[in-house]
Amino acid sequence: MAVSEQNLPGNRGTGFTTIPDDARPLAIEAKGLVKSFDGTRAVDGVDISVPEGAIYGVLGPNGAGKTTTLRMLLGIIDPDEGVRRVFGHDRPHDIGRLIGYLPEERGLYPAMKAIDAIAFMGALRGLPLKEGRRRAVELLERHGLGHAADRQIRQLSKGMAQTVQLLGTLVHRPKLVVLDEPFSGLDAINQGKLEMMIRALADEGVTVIFSTHVIHHAERLCEGVAIIAGGKVPYAGSVESARDRIPAQVRLETRAREGAWLSALPPETRRNGDFFQFPLPETGVEPLLRRLIEGEAGILSLSIERAGLHDAFVAIAGEAAARQLEADQAEERA
Amino acid sequence: MNPAETLRPRLSAFEAAWVIARRDFLAVLLSRAFLFFLLGPLFPVFVGGLAGAIGGEVQRESVSVEVGLAMSPQENAAMRAAGQRLIPQLGGALPALRDVPEAAGDPDFDARAFMEARRGNYAAILTGTLARPELVGTEGQVRRWQGPVGLIAGHAQSAEPTAFPEVAQAIVTTSAAAERSSRIQTAQVAQMLLFLLTMLLAGMVLSNLVEEKANKIIEILAAAIPMDAVFTGKLFAMLGVSFVGIAVWGLAGFAMWSVGSDAITATSGFDPARLPAPAVGWPLFIALGITYFAMAYLLLGALFLTIGAMANTVREVQTLSMPVTMMQLMVFFLAAYTIKQPGSGLEMAAIVFPLSSPFAMLARAAMEPQLWTHALALAWQALAVLALVKGGSLLFRKRVMKSGGAGRVCRGWFARRNSGTAEPAE
Repeated sequence: MAVSEQNLPGNRGTGFTTIPDDARPLAIEAKGLVKSFDGTRAVDGVDISVPEGAIYGVLGPNGAGKTTTLRMLLGIIDPDEGVRRVFGHDRPHDIGRLIGYLPEERGLYPAMKAIDAIAFMGALRGLPLKEGRRRAVELLERHGLGHAADRQIRQLSKGMAQTVQLLGTLVHRPKLVVLDEPFSGLDAINQGKLEMMIRALADEGVTVIFSTHVIHHAERLCEGVAIIAGGKVPYAGSVESARDRIPAQVRLETRAREGAWLSALPPETRRNGDFFQFPLPETGVEPLLRRLIEGEAGILSLSIERAGLHDAFVAIAGEAAARQLEADQAEERA
Repeated sequence: MNPAETLRPRLSAFEAAWVIARRDFLAVLLSRAFLFFLLGPLFPVFVGGLAGAIGGEVQRESVSVEVGLAMSPQENAAMRAAGQRLIPQLGGALPALRDVPEAAGDPDFDARAFMEARRGNYAAILTGTLARPELVGTEGQVRRWQGPVGLIAGHAQSAEPTAFPEVAQAIVTTSAAAERSSRIQTAQVAQMLLFLLTMLLAGMVLSNLVEEKANKIIEILAAAIPMDAVFTGKLFAMLGVSFVGIAVWGLAGFAMWSVGSDAITATSGFDPARLPAPAVGWPLFIALGITYFAMAYLLLGALFLTIGAMANTVREVQTLSMPVTMMQLMVFFLAAYTIKQPGSGLEMAAIVFPLSSPFAMLARAAMEPQLWTHALALAWQALAVLALVKGGSLLFRKRVMKSGGAGRVCRGWFARRNSGTAEPAE
């Protein structure tokens, strides 16, 4: 018995939902985004709504369409179909000064000094060069890279260069920060620092949207997520709602292996070693407990666990997507 | 309050292009490679001058214009004296006459055997008498010197030296035919200079976006500012770099001219100081030359930037440079061909076709005094630059950044070129 997608409650269509009970204006609103490359639909009807000040994750395995979605939201590429609005503007370039973007594939001019690279990225967003240099020094010192201000990018370590690029993304103090796989390639310490930085930005009222294939980052940071797989978004909404879509899981350990009491278990039950695992029945555990006791199952332990985002992802995006997500994570760890 | 809120929400197209242009200009100017770029064109000039000087010296030493005299001592002397008398009239057309020491006092001197034994360094040897001279040498040398030697021998025979009347000189500054012919020369020189400079400099633009694509910086640029601002900025940055190059080369040329103008004129046979004045006058002609260079550069550059932007690697750029050079040559040939056909349909075509327009119009400035045609042509060329930049950036967005539907033009070719370069889904 396996938990199948069909057994899940709730909608599994376009899934266009905002974070519930949220009256905040939207920083990003996208409806029906479609993008094809050489006849293949990379993104197929994506709907996303991100309220201002939220930390929002776009979660999915590699190749799911995360980057393409972000590129469309930023106006780097135009969608074949659908609409996108950033702070109410159809053309993101019109409000370029309010946006900061860190692409997945990091890019800096190797011959540029760190301070100049940050100031240049600020200048692209309208920050005067002199002010950009002043802030660059400030940011570099705050992040422990003051000594590297006058070093060329090619002389920096990969991690340092990534930090420099991130600081360049933030130097003009944007209202919306879009980070494409920001944790990719960072060690655990720097991942932790980045998480803190993202939280600090949100505390200042900045909207942060990032893509990731690591569920833990999304679970720890985000109040809203869009789960994306195969170019579609089967779920977009709050992390809490995603978890609530999966009923709490009951974990049962019994002394007896066989017996009539087995028929008392719900059909979704799956056996995991010595344990039985199944969704919490709508009637609660009491009727079930009674039947188990009567059937002399010999209960050794019974726990009720709330579903995590990973379970929600498996249930929403499917096991194949989940397996790919895990493979991506394993590959990156390797 | 977020300071970003106090700023205007976006950069203007000019501001965005300026950010790119400033970065590119300084990056090129402050790179070590730029020094080699500056020195590059000076090397051929230097090496050419050196080789020319050495070659000239070698030629002077190896190709003799001396005719040996192997007649009687009196006749030898008479020949030399006659030669000296004719030099003011005929100058370089006459050979230098030298006595052959081996023949002096040797009645059996055999000039043919002497030459065939490869002795001495004479173009030919004159034997016999003044009345019946015989020139011994290879066929080419004998044909070359037969006439001049006969003329000298004839004068040497005369009892009285020939009196040459003095020809009075009455020089006019110009004539219609001379003016037209002269201005064509100015037009050709100016056009050639314009072509050489654009060919030398516009090619740099080809590889201009390769760094951004290789380093993935293009994503940051494309997210921040419109792509046509990126194109415009890059184009003007390289134009600025070109002006720096031209200024350096111009100064170097001026310095060389100041030091060795006589030698340069003598060796090259070209004296720019004697170049006829263009129809619009020198100051305006130079100003138009600079403006048309800028236009030619921007027009070709916009095209090259677009072509180069489709390339993924430096190797691809190198492969593209040959057809691009051919295209430049064809444009130049079109403009050059029409110089001698002012007002013809072909000249009009060269003026209207944007890429050849600056070349054709610069030639026109040398030959025709009207100025309004230049205002019109410059406006047309500027419009063409705008269209090329816009079209190029649009094509780049569609084909390289994979934005929007592909245009019909170039779809198949560029799609094949770029297949697998952009990450379609992720």
